[in-house]
Amino acid sequence: MNIAAVLALLQSQFFQFPGGDIFSQILTFAIYIFIFLSLFYGQRIQLHIMLREVEGSLYKLKYIRDEGRRIAIEAIKEVGKPQTDPTPRVDRFLEYFTISPQSLDPAGVVWKLEHILDVRDTRFKDEVRLLAPSADETQANNLENTLEAAMALNYIYKVIRHYFLLGKKTLSLYVIMQIQMILPLVMREAEAYASALKAFAYGQPIGDGVGALVAAKLMHGYPLRKVPKDCVVATVPIEGRTAYVIKAEGPGGNVGKPGDAIKTIIEENEGKISNIIMIDAALKLEGEDVGEVAEGVGAAIGGPGVDQFKIEETILKYRIPINAVIIKEDIGDAVSPMRKEVFEAADKAIERIKQLILERTKEGDKIIICGVGNTIGIGQ
Amino acid sequence: MSKASSEASASTKVSSFVLLAIFITLVVAIMALILAVQAYSMESYEVATILLIIGFLGVVASSYVLLQTRQRMIRLRIEAPPITTTIECKKCGFKAVREFQRGDYIFKEVEPCQKCNEKMLITAIYREVREKGKPSFPF
Repeated sequence: MNIAAVLALLQSQFFQFPGGDIFSQILTFAIYIFIFLSLFYGQRIQLHIMLREVEGSLYKLKYIRDEGRRIAIEAIKEVGKPQTDPTPRVDRFLEYFTISPQSLDPAGVVWKLEHILDVRDTRFKDEVRLLAPSADETQANNLENTLEAAMALNYIYKVIRHYFLLGKKTLSLYVIMQIQMILPLVMREAEAYASALKAFAYGQPIGDGVGALVAAKLMHGYPLRKVPKDCVVATVPIEGRTAYVIKAEGPGGNVGKPGDAIKTIIEENEGKISNIIMIDAALKLEGEDVGEVAEGVGAAIGGPGVDQFKIEETILKYRIPINAVIIKEDIGDAVSPMRKEVFEAADKAIERIKQLILERTKEGDKIIICGVGNTIGIGQ
Repeated sequence: MSKASSEASASTKVSSFVLLAIFITLVVAIMALILAVQAYSMESYEVATILLIIGFLGVVASSYVLLQTRQRMIRLRIEAPPITTTIECKKCGFKAVREFQRGDYIFKEVEPCQKCNEKMLITAIYREVREKGKPSFPF
């Protein structure tokens, strides 16, 4: 049967309402109904399709959130050996919030933010101590990270649920459309936190810790001392220079305050530091390889910005050049157990650092090397 | 069963409405296929062709939706990837690889070396990811 014959057949079958056999009449009627529905209810049908899609993702988010809660409670029971059931306290913890400081007058907002974050940190630590009285410091830090991941999952679920229910209530295409459009990115983040949960609960190194791993590899075997806050420093001879290698104190889940640590070392040396090299994990763009090492200038440190601000203030005061080495990975790799490619990139980063030291400093100079990131599962 | 686990199982189950819709589509599609055979035997080839197309599309669509529902259930599980711990003896270079155990961390001193009895060190903890094949675009 050729195409012309098929078209003629379709025309005769589909567009003849009266007459013809019963089958073609039903089919023609169905097509008219379809056209009518598309014309007058097309947007509403689209809205319901979007709602179904969001609902499907919401089921998944709910499952991930519940799993997160369950893993956190199990970890607390196993490690902390509490006398009473920790579930109500964990549920209360998952609802914690932090109000960021008022920035209408931006002068001094960094110090206000730092204070709020310090209060939050102390509150979390106290809460974990109450939840898990038998946990040592490392385990308590890991539990804190586990609870924070569970908290993030709870928050994501609640926000998506809010927009889903709001869209359903108002039947507003624009409310639903907004959430449906960002949903793939939100799901990616939620899945990343889900894989982070077990890593935090078991104390496994995560992708974000690659900066701390580089510092740990450089300082291993040298005498250490603690510097504020929650950081360690080792004096390491590298290529004829004296390097102060800094990282957060491991192996518990901890990022420390590298801003304070760098400031302390600079002030101890009265500003006589010839270069600062910061190493951190950075988000890769799609198409880039996991574990790619790149080099640049500036303070390579994420977070709320307090530490970056402090580092920039101090290096400006003493006019110290600052370089950065980053190891690329995506959000999923950053919070889930460290990938082999990322682990191997630590050695490449060390080679880059040595090259940078040879090119940018003279023999006998003093330098600071700071490995930034969560040091969970990484000792020193 | 705790509240959390019962809620989790509720989110993994397939809606009975969806299952009913899949079942009805499948029945209608099979009926269309049977009618197509009947129309073919009555030498009404055009009707047989259309019924065959409808029946075939119906079977494909319902099987696809059923498969997707099953895959959604599979995707809902949080998988813990296998983590490898590498232990090394700094003195004789003896290397051992084992599964990650709770309490392991990089640069932790562990059991003595089988060869020289020196304390061994955890030098690596990582997971291996099998890439699903690189996309074919040349960028």
